[in-house]
Amino acid sequence: MISIEHISQALHETLSASLNATLVLLIEMAIAGVLVIGLFAVLGLVLVFMERKVSAYMQIRLGPNRVGYKGFAQTAADTLKLLIKEGLTPDGADKFLFNLAPLLVIVVAMLIMAPIAFTKGFQLWDINIGVLYVSAVSSIGVIGILMAGWASNNKYSLLGAMRSGAQIVSYELSAGLSLITIVIFTGSLSINDIIASQQNGWWIFKGHIPALISFVIFIIAVTAETNRAPFDLAEAESELTAGFHTEYSGMKFALFFLAEYVNIFIVCAIGATLFLGGWMPFRVGNLEAVNRVFDFIPGIVWFFGKVFALIFLIMWFRWTFPRLRIDQLLNLEWKYLLPIAMFNLLLTTIFAIMGWHF
Amino acid sequence: MFLVEYIKTVYNACASLLKGMRMTGYYFFNHKEIITQQYPDVKQELPERFRGEVVMIHDEKNEHRCTGCTACELACPNATIKIVTKMELQPDGKKKKALDTFVYHLELCTMCNLCIEACPTGAIKMAQTFEHSVFDRSQLTKKLNAPGSKLMEGVE
Repeated sequence: MISIEHISQALHETLSASLNATLVLLIEMAIAGVLVIGLFAVLGLVLVFMERKVSAYMQIRLGPNRVGYKGFAQTAADTLKLLIKEGLTPDGADKFLFNLAPLLVIVVAMLIMAPIAFTKGFQLWDINIGVLYVSAVSSIGVIGILMAGWASNNKYSLLGAMRSGAQIVSYELSAGLSLITIVIFTGSLSINDIIASQQNGWWIFKGHIPALISFVIFIIAVTAETNRAPFDLAEAESELTAGFHTEYSGMKFALFFLAEYVNIFIVCAIGATLFLGGWMPFRVGNLEAVNRVFDFIPGIVWFFGKVFALIFLIMWFRWTFPRLRIDQLLNLEWKYLLPIAMFNLLLTTIFAIMGWHF
Repeated sequence: MFLVEYIKTVYNACASLLKGMRMTGYYFFNHKEIITQQYPDVKQELPERFRGEVVMIHDEKNEHRCTGCTACELACPNATIKIVTKMELQPDGKKKKALDTFVYHLELCTMCNLCIEACPTGAIKMAQTFEHSVFDRSQLTKKLNAPGSKLMEGVE
């Protein structure tokens, strides 16, 4: 059976046969970069369209349905519009930081892509501290947002950026603690080891109550970390016009918009990898026949299926819940999520020591 | 006890959030009743009393009921209506005031309906048209009485 692993290996062998090692590495890096940028572009188009359709269906509307077949070309048309718009820089703005911020945000999103395993043997960088790397790099994104808010020379932008900073710094904690739950169960920080440990069942089922609690905390925390409703105080269209990207227009605005959706994809990919087994197929106890059927579905389909299921869940949150006030937001983190996550960590340790998980 | 209260708060919060999600989830998976009106393709029946613009009622003989009394002009709060009258020679040799031009400035009109209420003869009414956009605003100044129209017999 042909698989992505074979294709990448065959490519590596063909290149190695005729070129020296440095050139092979450079060419492979270029290919990986093109693939990541391509994935970003496709994700931007697909996720924006998905969001608009999901929101429309949840609000008994139709959503975009004019451009292309059933509106599928809507996001492409929007992107084209943004491309030909003027990228305005306000008069009092710090020009260097103002133009750097969207790039920083998108570069951070690209960096987190590195340790994510899309399918068996298809991973940019098999780093042995993958989970730590992800949680460390993802917090650099807040610098881009603060930079954008500060450099815009606009009070709404600065307010939005400050709120975003407080929010992301707070919710990093519970997101990190919920990731540690799975690390304790697995005993490894490597993404590949974590996926391999879920061969006989996903952690959300194997880990009993602690895994379930940490999954819920993780989903809440990443929703806050990606600045999405109900935690979208950083943008808050109705009070801060658009928060940190008020002054951005044209392609610079599009980069922020793209980064938001790519970040959703990435956090959902991390969630799917840690809690739902990455590209591992679903396992039903001892039913060999069913398991065999699931094995035939390629890993990449499992991976993207899980990721999009989580993305749908996060979109469901956005179109259901009202926005929190800033004090409610911080209360939720410091009085509820963090204590529960810490208690959950204790529970996890007991479960792991006693070996109560499967 | 504090801990019981705490757990109760968490439980109630989760329950109410799930309740909301059940509602939106129901709408998502049962996509039947749609409130979107696909406007240019499907036009909605407007209510009978919808106020789009002022028009003058003409019958099939091209006769209207406007006597040129200017009650509507006086009732209008923002000078939307301007009535130009003329002296018309009656068959019995007397001169009588009659309507020459009923000038209606749509760009000034707030659709308050006061002119229609003021009209003693029921000569004007509100129409249901609402697509008033034009490229030049002079086109919004309208002459309401049709060319060559006359006052209906017996309307004083």
